[in-house]
Amino acid sequence: MPRAATGAILTVAVLLVPLVAGPFLQYLVLNMLLLALLALSFNLLFGMTGLLSFGQGAFYAGGAYAAALLLRAGLPLIPSIVLGSVFAAALAAIIGAFCVRHTRIYFSMLTLAFGMLVYAVVWKWTDVTGGDDGLIGIPRGEFFAKPERYYLLAAALVLASVAVLYRLSSSPLGLALRAIRENAERAEFSGVAVRQTIFIAFVTAGFFAGLSGALLAPLEQTVSPSTAHWTKSAEPVMATLIGGPLTFAGPLVGAVVYLGLKEIIVRYTEYWLLVFGLVLLAMVLSFRGGLLGAAIALWRRRA
Amino acid sequence: MLFQGLVGLSEAMYLWLVAAGLSLIFGVLRVLNFAHGSLYMLGAYFAWIAFRISGSFWVALLLGPLLVCAVGWAMEFGFLRRVYGAPEPFQLLLTFAFVLIFDDLVKLVFGPVYQSPPTPAALSGAVMIGRSVLPTYHLFILAVGGLVGLGLWLFLEKTGVGLIIRATAADREMACALGVRSSRLFTWVFVLGAWLAGLGGALSMPVRAISPGMGEFIIIEAFVVVVLGGLGSLRGAFLGAVLIGLLHAYGLVFMPVFELALGYVAMAAVLIVRPWGLFGVREA
Repeated sequence: MPRAATGAILTVAVLLVPLVAGPFLQYLVLNMLLLALLALSFNLLFGMTGLLSFGQGAFYAGGAYAAALLLRAGLPLIPSIVLGSVFAAALAAIIGAFCVRHTRIYFSMLTLAFGMLVYAVVWKWTDVTGGDDGLIGIPRGEFFAKPERYYLLAAALVLASVAVLYRLSSSPLGLALRAIRENAERAEFSGVAVRQTIFIAFVTAGFFAGLSGALLAPLEQTVSPSTAHWTKSAEPVMATLIGGPLTFAGPLVGAVVYLGLKEIIVRYTEYWLLVFGLVLLAMVLSFRGGLLGAAIALWRRRA
Repeated sequence: MLFQGLVGLSEAMYLWLVAAGLSLIFGVLRVLNFAHGSLYMLGAYFAWIAFRISGSFWVALLLGPLLVCAVGWAMEFGFLRRVYGAPEPFQLLLTFAFVLIFDDLVKLVFGPVYQSPPTPAALSGAVMIGRSVLPTYHLFILAVGGLVGLGLWLFLEKTGVGLIIRATAADREMACALGVRSSRLFTWVFVLGAWLAGLGGALSMPVRAISPGMGEFIIIEAFVVVVLGGLGSLRGAFLGAVLIGLLHAYGLVFMPVFELALGYVAMAAVLIVRPWGLFGVREA
């Protein structure tokens, strides 16, 4: 089972990071893991179902703010993270009810518009969200105050989520989503309840995006409205496109490459979005399969 | 009250110009141009440059949108037409890449500083409306927005080219079978849409602060407008823009805290009752 082996090696490597890496590298790897989870949640809709969501930032922020508020109210770390993700899923259920009724183009517009609505609420509702200052001083308890311990907890939760999402992609739900991507009408006629299936995927994606955000809040110990902005929603889009939307591991690879590249580019220029715009342009024009897609094509040609 | 309404209507005209271009392009090309707000931004910046060089507002108003047309032409001819065969999300992603590129290029060239050019002398006066003072420029914007609407309507309903555009929007395959050269038509419709966005940007230059983020804001509002009015319908875009403009104007007076959310609430309400928008065609 090469796939199980890959998973095992990945798990061990990720969990060994605190032993070999300094605080900066740990922080970077954890950020990569969080973006990877966000990108995987995005790709549940994009690569699998063919729906381009520009609003994952809303659920990411929903999870982050809910977890932050619960932590500040004195709830322990793990329940706060779980409830934060559940809150994001509930938010996704409300927004999803509007979005899943529509075809692809409307879907993209609506997710962006509702995402910015969440941003507007976060920005304006100062009493609860702290407005443009955000929330600061988020505690994560005595035990997890040590960065290594928090790293291990967050990494373990991300890895578990990746395993769940992987199982999901080959489950009957995953197959139904792919059928919808290929031909929604045909899927409907062969007995797939299209809207309900998309709705389930939407809420699931919202949950895992929320988990990614809920893990961010205790890491940074602050949350700012930028988590809800569309530029945040654009990050999983770019990571997925870079890695490749048609393979399960694409968003994972993409998240690592994206943040790694960003880390290097920001040392030379503040205009990193311009660079990623050009990268995205190149990807859309010539490498729609992403890095992983290109690698697989190359490997097949050799074999 | 009337004063608020007139302010709201004049604000709606920028939105109408952007939404009109967005809707027109979608109607014919079936591509949603995420970068339409960026074209609006470029219209403002290009007009600003033209103003700095020529010193004349009218030259700026003419040249700014024309330069945006050139950018639009390059976008369609150089890039967009390569992905017409790709799945829809990739066409969207291509235009999205341009949002990132244009926004950062503008920051790179002009800096993140807010620019505020002066109102032209002829339009810098004010008119008394009841007991309030309305800048003449607002009335000028209203007139331009109305004239563009009228012009578009005449162009689409009364000319041969307009007929071809409407036919292609209604049934692309049939239009092509009857001899419409779709590739050339697509380019020109995209350029026209870019001109509309550029005009909106150029018009906004003297009254709204020019900044690299101005495109992001208006494209999301324009999405709300076309969802309200129905994607591909110009009438819907006009009424949607007017509705949003009035909602914002009166919202600021009556419930300032929720002003930002009002447009979205209206959009959600319309989506529940008529998911295809007020003037849109029901999705098959």
